[in-house]
Amino acid sequence: MNRVGARKYLFSKKIDSYFEGIYKGYQFALRFFKEAFTSPFHLREIINQCFEIGLRSLPLITMTGFIIGIVFTKQSRPSLENFGAVSWLPSLMGIAIARALGPLVTSLICAGKVGSSISAELGSMKVTEQIDAMEVSAIDPFKYLVVTRVWATSISIPVLSFYCSCVGLLGSYYNVSTEEATSLQVFYTNAFSNISFLDLFSSMTKSIVFGFTIGIISCYKGFFASNGTSGVGKATNQAVILSMFLIFLEELIIVQIVNWIRYF
Amino acid sequence: METDKIQYGNSQDPVIKIEGLYKSFDELDVLKGVDLMLKKGENLAVLGKSGTGKSVLIKLLVGLLKPDRGNITILGQQLDKLNRKELNALRLRIGFSFQNSALYDSKSVYGNLSFPLTMNVKNLTKKQVDDAVEEALDAVGLLDKIGRRTEELSGGQRKRLGIARTLILKPEIMLYDEPTAGLDPVTCIEINALIVEMQQKYKTSSIVITHDLTCAKTTCERIAMLLDGKFLKTGTFEEVFETEEEQIKQFYSYNFTL
Repeated sequence: MNRVGARKYLFSKKIDSYFEGIYKGYQFALRFFKEAFTSPFHLREIINQCFEIGLRSLPLITMTGFIIGIVFTKQSRPSLENFGAVSWLPSLMGIAIARALGPLVTSLICAGKVGSSISAELGSMKVTEQIDAMEVSAIDPFKYLVVTRVWATSISIPVLSFYCSCVGLLGSYYNVSTEEATSLQVFYTNAFSNISFLDLFSSMTKSIVFGFTIGIISCYKGFFASNGTSGVGKATNQAVILSMFLIFLEELIIVQIVNWIRYF
Repeated sequence: METDKIQYGNSQDPVIKIEGLYKSFDELDVLKGVDLMLKKGENLAVLGKSGTGKSVLIKLLVGLLKPDRGNITILGQQLDKLNRKELNALRLRIGFSFQNSALYDSKSVYGNLSFPLTMNVKNLTKKQVDDAVEEALDAVGLLDKIGRRTEELSGGQRKRLGIARTLILKPEIMLYDEPTAGLDPVTCIEINALIVEMQQKYKTSSIVITHDLTCAKTTCERIAMLLDGKFLKTGTFEEVFETEEEQIKQFYSYNFTL
């Protein structure tokens, strides 16, 4: 084979493995839906994972949410002042945080923190044959490791998103209260006055979808990690990047659908 | 520790029967028509150089890999005819000791043993689990390590714990993948003795995958020499190595250091 032929061969192999990866990912997600609703449910492991994902991410989400509330309020104030509409600041922040920032920021943080940890854990279990050890002990590793973790991310991330939104609004109130004399009650009343049920529903749906995406991508990359420790690093890296990319893509699609419903 | 050679392989009932087994990865043919039979109560060593497909062979036996061609019959059940549930039921009757022990590093010594037990046997009381864990740890001489984390164990202790983890489910067949790999000579002797002891105590039939001739000689009654994807010779240690076959003689001269 000459050099050009070899290049063509390698390129076609890459294309093959790319589409094979998509197909395997699809099969993996499909298997999750088949096995997520059948016993055994391993409830204790789901609770453990919710604790790991949810409670352990709380300090980071609190800090980030609060800072984002302050920063966005600070950034929005000058523009609203130009139009003499500073009184709209709570409403603006309420809409921005509840509709987009809360779920998006939480999911991006969790893609980095939780996604990498799941992928690294499963990847190292794979390369040290711990997953095989489960299999030969008649324990279904997919059910015990994957299904429980995807359930946990799909449950924990919506809760964290809601929490992040509340803390973000608190950060926003902190900034507003340093400039103007306004009470927390008035601020929250104004913030929530323009938030509809559709906003809350879409926000919750988005969080569940993002949580599922982080869980399934991280588990998939970890579950099929190979080539030793460098393979685990690569899988972890890919899990975070792919999760983040898909989160943005899903955000775009869900926003389009919600807007379509809103104006229908 | 002195190891006595045992004479269990008297029964003619095969617990494992392999016929015409082929396995390849991409363009690499690893197994090229392997036939083998393990009799009840017998310890059989599969010897061969690294990369000859020894580990692939035992992974095929527990369904971790699927063969391209050929039949595997274990305890009267043909592996490719089993559904997932039946395969798992069969796996409970087979113990698999991994080359690198494959211990669950997120769990303690106790957790490593109680996990497969509680996942497979429902409605056990805490006392029953504790008793079973203690019995298995006692059998491998690790009872004093019950509360430790796995990373605190030495290489030999990890191997022992890996064996104890399989014993807790009371298997009828044991598969050992390179049980003495990476261990010092003294620990190797201890592990060899443990393999023999397990056979005597639990009446198991075993396949020991190894390239260590000392291990094969001290733990097994029969040896199968795997070279280039096929069994070159099968028989007792003397039958296999009293040969003019150049590859076997070479393997012997390079490795055997009794």
